[in-house]
Amino acid sequence: MSSPILSLSELAMHFPTRAGLVRAVDGVSIDIAPGETVGLVGESGCGKSTLGKTAMRLTRPTAGSIRLDGHEISDLSRSALRPWRSKLQMVFQDPYASLNPRLTVGRTLEEPLIVHGRGTAAERRDRVRWLADKVGLRPEALQRHPHEFSGGQRQRIGIARALALEPKLVICDEPVSALDVSVRAQVINLLMDLKRDLGLAYLFISHDLSVVEHVSDRIAVMYLGKLVEIADRRTLWTRPLHPYTQALMAAVPVADPAKAADRRPVLLEGDLPSPLDPPSGCRFRTRCPIAVPQCAEREPPLRPLAPGHFVACDRVAGT
Amino acid sequence: MKDFLRRFARNKAAIGGVVILLVVIALALLAPVLYPDSPWDMVAEPFLVPGADRAHPLGSDMMGRDLAAGIFHGARVSLVIGIVATLVALAVGVTIGAIAGYYGGWVDNALMRVTELFQTIPAFIFAIVLVSIFQPSVTSIVLAIGTVSWPPVARLTRSEFLTLRSREFVQACITIGMGDLRIIVLHVLPNALAPIIVTGSLMVATAILTEAGLAFLGLGDPNVMSWGTIIGAGRDVLRTAAYVTAIPGIAILLTVLALNLVGEGLNDALNPKLKNR
Ligand SMILES: Nc1ncnc2c1ncn2[C@@H]1O[C@H](COP(=O)(O)OP(=O)(O)OP(=O)(O)O)[C@@H](O)[C@H]1O
Ligand code: SF4
Ligand SMILES: [Mg+2]
Repeated sequence: MSSPILSLSELAMHFPTRAGLVRAVDGVSIDIAPGETVGLVGESGCGKSTLGKTAMRLTRPTAGSIRLDGHEISDLSRSALRPWRSKLQMVFQDPYASLNPRLTVGRTLEEPLIVHGRGTAAERRDRVRWLADKVGLRPEALQRHPHEFSGGQRQRIGIARALALEPKLVICDEPVSALDVSVRAQVINLLMDLKRDLGLAYLFISHDLSVVEHVSDRIAVMYLGKLVEIADRRTLWTRPLHPYTQALMAAVPVADPAKAADRRPVLLEGDLPSPLDPPSGCRFRTRCPIAVPQCAEREPPLRPLAPGHFVACDRVAGT
Repeated sequence: MKDFLRRFARNKAAIGGVVILLVVIALALLAPVLYPDSPWDMVAEPFLVPGADRAHPLGSDMMGRDLAAGIFHGARVSLVIGIVATLVALAVGVTIGAIAGYYGGWVDNALMRVTELFQTIPAFIFAIVLVSIFQPSVTSIVLAIGTVSWPPVARLTRSEFLTLRSREFVQACITIGMGDLRIIVLHVLPNALAPIIVTGSLMVATAILTEAGLAFLGLGDPNVMSWGTIIGAGRDVLRTAAYVTAIPGIAILLTVLALNLVGEGLNDALNPKLKNR
């Protein structure tokens, strides 16, 4: 494998709040290779967005390292960070909140180019037109304001903005969850086309396993601030090993009735515990169907059970 | 913008306000043309009742000064002081509120402490104190009114910035690598402007009233004649010649009313969601 475009190591993001320390991300390590799509799944509140935003350096991580193209960016100041920003961009969840309502679409797309001093005004105009075309917006759209567009079109604008600086990796934080079901597939297909044409890598965040399954090369499963399983898409889909992943898979509707009957239903009981006070030992133990008392004592590390397949559970064995 | 004008034009009261304001502005602009001489000149016999003499339609005061000349020139002074003082207050309030709301944390705490400190003193009393200390002049009056009226602007701007800065488009600016100044001025402020403009139009009214109050108490600029100056002079003859106070009083009342109507109209036109219930 070529050297990773993004490499997170023991990354942690804790928020001090009045109620105590929120351990939203608590020691996450993962590499993303150039051109690769890594899916990140987990329940609402498990820390996916925080992980994405921390990797994006929207906040300064509490601990750990973020290496972008081999360079440590976790402790860079905002001005030192600026040149690195172009390699790493983000598509936000809510296309209604992620576009400045006062700016025309053309201006929104031009802003990154202006900030990075790219090209003359004429060159920037060409680039903006090219971007619009790339995401399937008509040139007339550039003169209009965001409120004149539907959610799906707005998300195309958000994607075009993320592409303006020719990034190598785009973090997509639930890019279709806020959209009508009818346009989700179009936006996902657009993202896949762009990946192929431009050689992008994605960190694709979603709580919807079936979406992630569709787009990802590899999938990472997150629970309460930590990764519990990482595997390539096929492996994770056919042989999930961590009891939490199995529970998530059981919740995904299956089209093939034969397979559905075959599958042992494992249902998640109870709610996600608070990241203010995560359970001792294995964080999943309060909801784990196969937990034993020892699970409270030791925090299971992610260990390789097969090549490229990592699981953080002491009670499952590889083949 | 077109939508905004259409919504504003539908509001009859606001249009009425605009008309009154245009009249006041016309008075101010015409003052040097129609009354080229100083409004302080004694040009008529004293206590001329309005309508008694064609040459002085609004009559004269106890010194024989033409009240019409006073109203025309006073419009100039009152408008200029009201507008400039408001601009001063907006400049200070928006800057402080924007910084507090955008950065949050200890910056916000410190700036809001200062703002509260300014708000604990009643505005009019504070203005009296400031003008008395610095000697009454147009400049000191403008600065005093600006000083006492920025805190509400700062609080308003701060609360707008607080909600806006957590919006994803601001985060998108940061991921692009944009500097704070550009984010604040180009991306957040334009989205916070609507309520600030509304407040600004109401503040002009308050500033005109405050100036009139100061002039009434004898704290007006002795070199210029504002509506408040005329009222202050008429105070002593309130029983015998009430029109000397009533005429500038009505001018102030109408102007303040007009500004309020315009402010409300702007508010409704800028926030259509609230209106179309
Ligand atoms: N700035 C913050 N201050 C305090 N707590 C925070 C902050 N940001 C996130 N959190 C907390 O961290 C936890 C993880 O939040 P996060 O938004 O990353 O979850 P998520 O997996 O993206 O969930 P969702 O699917 O709902 O988007 C939550 O408990 C949240 O309340
Ligand atoms: S370590 Fe124990 S509690 Fe955790 S997932 Fe494995 S069996 Fe369940
Ligand atoms: Mg999220």
